[in-house]
Amino acid sequence: MDRFAASVSFLPGTGRGTGKAGGGALPLQNAMRGAIPLHHPARASCRHTELFASADEASGAALALALARDAMDDPADHRPWLWVQDRAAIRLSGRPYRPGLPTGLRHRLIHVAAPRAEDALFALEEGLRCRDLAFVIGEVAGNPAALDFTASRRLSLAAERHGVPLWMVRLSARHDLGSARMRWDVAAAPSPSPRWNRDAPGDPRWRADLFRAHVFQPGQWIVGDDGERHSLAVFATDHGGVVPDAGDRSLAAGSGQA
Amino acid sequence: MAAWCPTLAIDRWRLGQDRPDPSAPLILIGETAHGPRITAVSPPARAAGAREGMLLADARALAPGLVVHPADPAGDHAFLETLALWVQRWGPWSALDAPDGLIVDVTGVAHLFGGEDALMVDARACFAARGLQVRLAIAPTAGAAWALAHHGPDRSALAEGVDPLDALRDLPVAALRLDDAVLLLLDRLGLKRIGDLAAIGRPALARRFRDRRAPAANPLVRLDQFAGRVPEPILPVIAAPVPTVLRRLIEPLRHRDLLDRVVADLALALARRLEAHGQGARRLDLTLWKVDGGVLRRALELAAPTRDAAHITRLFAHKLDDCDAGFGIEVVRLSAPWAEPLMLSQTDLEASAQQHGTSLAACIDRLTARLGAAAVAMPVPRASHLPERAQGWVTPDPTRAMQEELAFHARPLKLLDRAEPIAVIYEAPDGLPRLFRWRGAVHEIARAEGPERIAPEWWREKGGARLRDYYRIEDSSGRRYWIYRRGLPGDGRGGVPEWFLQGLCG
Repeated sequence: MDRFAASVSFLPGTGRGTGKAGGGALPLQNAMRGAIPLHHPARASCRHTELFASADEASGAALALALARDAMDDPADHRPWLWVQDRAAIRLSGRPYRPGLPTGLRHRLIHVAAPRAEDALFALEEGLRCRDLAFVIGEVAGNPAALDFTASRRLSLAAERHGVPLWMVRLSARHDLGSARMRWDVAAAPSPSPRWNRDAPGDPRWRADLFRAHVFQPGQWIVGDDGERHSLAVFATDHGGVVPDAGDRSLAAGSGQA
Repeated sequence: MAAWCPTLAIDRWRLGQDRPDPSAPLILIGETAHGPRITAVSPPARAAGAREGMLLADARALAPGLVVHPADPAGDHAFLETLALWVQRWGPWSALDAPDGLIVDVTGVAHLFGGEDALMVDARACFAARGLQVRLAIAPTAGAAWALAHHGPDRSALAEGVDPLDALRDLPVAALRLDDAVLLLLDRLGLKRIGDLAAIGRPALARRFRDRRAPAANPLVRLDQFAGRVPEPILPVIAAPVPTVLRRLIEPLRHRDLLDRVVADLALALARRLEAHGQGARRLDLTLWKVDGGVLRRALELAAPTRDAAHITRLFAHKLDDCDAGFGIEVVRLSAPWAEPLMLSQTDLEASAQQHGTSLAACIDRLTARLGAAAVAMPVPRASHLPERAQGWVTPDPTRAMQEELAFHARPLKLLDRAEPIAVIYEAPDGLPRLFRWRGAVHEIARAEGPERIAPEWWREKGGARLRDYYRIEDSSGRRYWIYRRGLPGDGRGGVPEWFLQGLCG
């Protein structure tokens, strides 16, 4: 997962695309920026992101890592980062494996194995309050009672107050109430064929569905890492600045534009 | 050094008198269920026939001229406590030996006074100056010193290295600090001297007193303590001053706001003094002396030890509403008679953590304090080709120096703690499966790369361990896994090879 080739994927048959096919990969930030009012002050304030993924695949954690790397402002940032898992998440989807982590991040990982979801939330909040951490990844399986809207709001406030981004991976969880500024649905997408071995799995691709966002327009993309620019590459499949239906629209986005 | 004041109560009573008469037959009595009983006897009264424990009526019958006064055991004990602090002029530690004795640790101090004899002469002179009769003795063990002071010649010293059992064999068994019941028993057994007891032999004594746990009831324990074979810790007396602050005011106070200012100053000073001792106040006494001679007292008790000056001031503000200053208050005193240990705490740490975030060390400390040291870890590479052994977990330390690590071809993002068996459908037993079933779902393998053969580590595992063929696969919906086949068909190390899913790729 440390070598990401430049590539773009179509999500076939989903209508008008605003990106370009073929040679140029559109960075995810650009793709999403199309939906935000440019004068909006709070693009950088999305410190709390939730990614819903199946526990049978590592797509949630992988996209969270890719997004975290993409959002890191300073490439020379060598602070450690925290990965908190509760016991169910470890049992279902395993522990992080150092040789498989991105090269720049693998030596800085601090892993917390929390026995319960309450402990995982405690560890997340402590991590968010720590100024020496680059970002925090949380992985909680299911919908534990402890992770209610209040707990989610606490995490959001801590993340925004101290400026430490939180990428919360929810494994096999319902879309419950939460205060995350961005909520994604993630699933694995077929990878492109590598150049030298057409039968081998290629660089990872994810089907990312941003179904609720604070300042962004919801949308669906196929996302993959862009090895040339070291950023997430995307092909926007729909919702190019158009709000199809009032019910589909993020409430926060509406209030932000008002 | 053991100091025994045989007539402590009498001496103390005499010290309280203006002009005591040493020749008066003085006795002190205590009230009991059967009437007044004698607790202390002066030498003239003893000569007249009075004894401790005698009923007053019986003593009066023997000697009608007895001078009788009530005893004050609590006062005697308090006096002994102050005496215990006073005798620390001869040694760093002293202990009470209730009701009328003291033990002072003079190990290695005697040369400061010119030897043990000179030390005892000095001590005797000091006791005499205070009007106290005393018998002193120095011995290597507290038990031997006690025995010498009570039953040996006065001012006798037992040199270091002399066996007390041997030197003091002629002392009575009462010198062993035993209960009356045990003394009676030993007396009936005909054991009168320490030498008799020491000659019997340990097994017999141990068997006879096997169910006596208390040292005072077990002669064997007392003998061992006497001879220094078992340690006998003594509980030292340490002075604990009551934190007190006092303000004398130049101009008598008549107004409330000035009094509040003084109380706030006192609370601040008291808090500083408590902080120096690492204590917090549980009870606070505020005493106000008025110009006209009246005294006002206000006391409060706190639920938890505190030294928060603002808190104390606020609490006293309610208490001072009804106080009548009269012609003015000239002295204000605040003391904390009951203080409990209260560790120094950084109350601002939390606030600054709210403001500026915590450091990594503080964060890790908090996490390990709640979750345990094993829960917070950092992966480090280890020299092994086996995937689950190629990484170890250590205590987080971002500055840890890393050695060269093995460069693997492609590894999954996450590794399951235990590789999970998968049911496979394959065309050839040594090839790649077409379908596999894992966690109840069927995955159709669309693309695969492999095998990457990883041989068992023969220097760690047994000879029958099977090799592994790893495949990086992607199923028809794009999910990527790391699976392996354990063994080869026909390798003679088991039956049909089994398939496992070990890693989840990003």
